[in-house]
Amino acid sequence: MVAMTGYLLESAWPAITRLGVEFLTRVEWDPVQGIFGALPGIYGTLLTSVLAMAIAIPVSLGVAIFLAELAPNWLRGPASLLVEMLAAVPSVVIGLWGLFVMVPVIRSPIERWLGQSLGFLPFFQGPPFGVGFLAGGLILAIMALPILTAIARDSILAVPSSQREAMLALGATRWEAISQAVLPYARSGIVAAAMLGFGRALGETMAVTMVIGNGYRLTPQLFSPGNTMASKIAIEFNEASGDLYIGALVELGLVLFAITLVVNLLGRIMIRWMAPGQRVGAQQ
Amino acid sequence: MSHETDWERPLEQRAKIVVERLNAWYGPVHAIHDISLTILDRRITAVIGPSGCGKSTLLRCLNRMHEVQPGARAQGEVLLNGENIYASGVDPVTVRRRVGMVFQRPNPFPTMSVFDNVAAGLKLHSLLSRTRFADTVERALRRAALWDEVKDKLKKNGAALSGGQQQRLCIARALAVEPEVLLMDEPASALDPMATLAIEDLMRELVQDTTIVIVTHNMQQAARVSDKTAFLLANAQGAGELIEYGDTPQVFTNPKDERTEAYITGRFG
Ligand SMILES: Nc1ncnc2c1ncn2[C@@H]1O[C@H](COP(=O)(O)OP(=O)(O)OP(=O)(O)O)[C@@H](O)[C@H]1O
Ligand SMILES: [Mg+2]
Repeated sequence: MVAMTGYLLESAWPAITRLGVEFLTRVEWDPVQGIFGALPGIYGTLLTSVLAMAIAIPVSLGVAIFLAELAPNWLRGPASLLVEMLAAVPSVVIGLWGLFVMVPVIRSPIERWLGQSLGFLPFFQGPPFGVGFLAGGLILAIMALPILTAIARDSILAVPSSQREAMLALGATRWEAISQAVLPYARSGIVAAAMLGFGRALGETMAVTMVIGNGYRLTPQLFSPGNTMASKIAIEFNEASGDLYIGALVELGLVLFAITLVVNLLGRIMIRWMAPGQRVGAQQ
Repeated sequence: MSHETDWERPLEQRAKIVVERLNAWYGPVHAIHDISLTILDRRITAVIGPSGCGKSTLLRCLNRMHEVQPGARAQGEVLLNGENIYASGVDPVTVRRRVGMVFQRPNPFPTMSVFDNVAAGLKLHSLLSRTRFADTVERALRRAALWDEVKDKLKKNGAALSGGQQQRLCIARALAVEPEVLLMDEPASALDPMATLAIEDLMRELVQDTTIVIVTHNMQQAARVSDKTAFLLANAQGAGELIEYGDTPQVFTNPKDERTEAYITGRFG
């Protein structure tokens, strides 16, 4: 990893030295004039990943609770298998599906409807392109679902039945036992799943590239075409020429790498902090 | 055994729980077979017997906790105040609110503080304000003989206590919701002699207004605290049966069944 980082640093060096810190704060990306700013890419990456998690975490938690606690026995195996098979679908296939099936649906009715009913919010303004941040976030959510669901389900299954029973014996309903005993006990596993999913979403490239629409803007509008750092690199790397241009793209990759690293580190800290029996947040 | 007439009996002999031909299974394993007995109101009933004879199973059938285990089912009648808790249409949740339980192994909630552990049941079904919670929590902890040890660490993690303290925390948690019946599955097995005596004192105090059923391996304890004693033994097929049930002094000094005598004198089990 050190060797890889070293190599990347070397390739990015022309950009790092010539563009300076401004690289991180600039909004323009104009290879012809040699102006490169990473901010819209960083923004796009974070926005789509956060969007993806906002969608994927509740959905996968719901599916995991269903699989681990509620589903009848005969359904558990097949349903789990189905979710796990989603993880085996190649990224590019998900991207194709996203482009031809999901994007038209997003354009209309989803974006049209959001624009009409919630159009007073800046997020839902602008023309419904279909491709854009929203599509990117959704495709990332779909891709994160299998791993999120599997880890959340496993951490729920790992909760000792004595925990569930303790709550039930106090007169809790099934749902109260799940929400107040099982889920809190499993929370470190669930947070781990979320951080892992987030980390993956940050770096995911192929499918996002296909549906995000190749814009480069700093806008709250979710319907707007955008780019993540990963998709920007994927789209432009082949045509990039000159030390500076290539260097800027590699530097973009390094920034992505750094962000992913920080997220993973934070995730580890959070998991340790939330492990059951470790410590308790000052409730009471 | 006619329970219709129970309400005409003097107060001290009223039936709280009548068990009629109770059978319980874990999947194919027949754990208890045809158990019938009457548990008296505001009395302490001890359930004794060798390991694996179905004591915990019997106890868990009394508040419908048996069935929460995968594959487990029960058959027969358990009348709580004359009403069959296994009748169709009875919500096990309401049964468990009235019949509390302390488990064989301490199971505090490790994600909650000591305070929240005790308040867990209150939060489920009470509209009390927080300050009333605090009173009830303190009272429950005092009764469980734990208050002095934890009063300065109420915000600490419930799992950070010693094993014996955890068990008393679980007792406090069960007491906080003031159940009509308290089922205690070997509550003293993790306790030192002092805490054990404190719990026995607690049981004598509780029994003023609560019915207690306690499973214990400790013969002295059963003899010391209980009014009634039930002796279970696994039959040839491994299913627990009720061998003898009677007033505690009688069971311990003058057992009717020789197997009871063999067990309490330590000749087997
Ligand atoms: N979850 C389970 N699955 C299958 N069989 C079980 C289960 N729990 C208990 N049994 C069986 O049911 C029978 C009765 O068990 P139970 O736990 O009621 O015994 P016990 O009298 O409480 O024993 P101990 O004194 O060791 O606690 C035993 O033969 C045991 O092997
Ligand atoms: Mg037992």
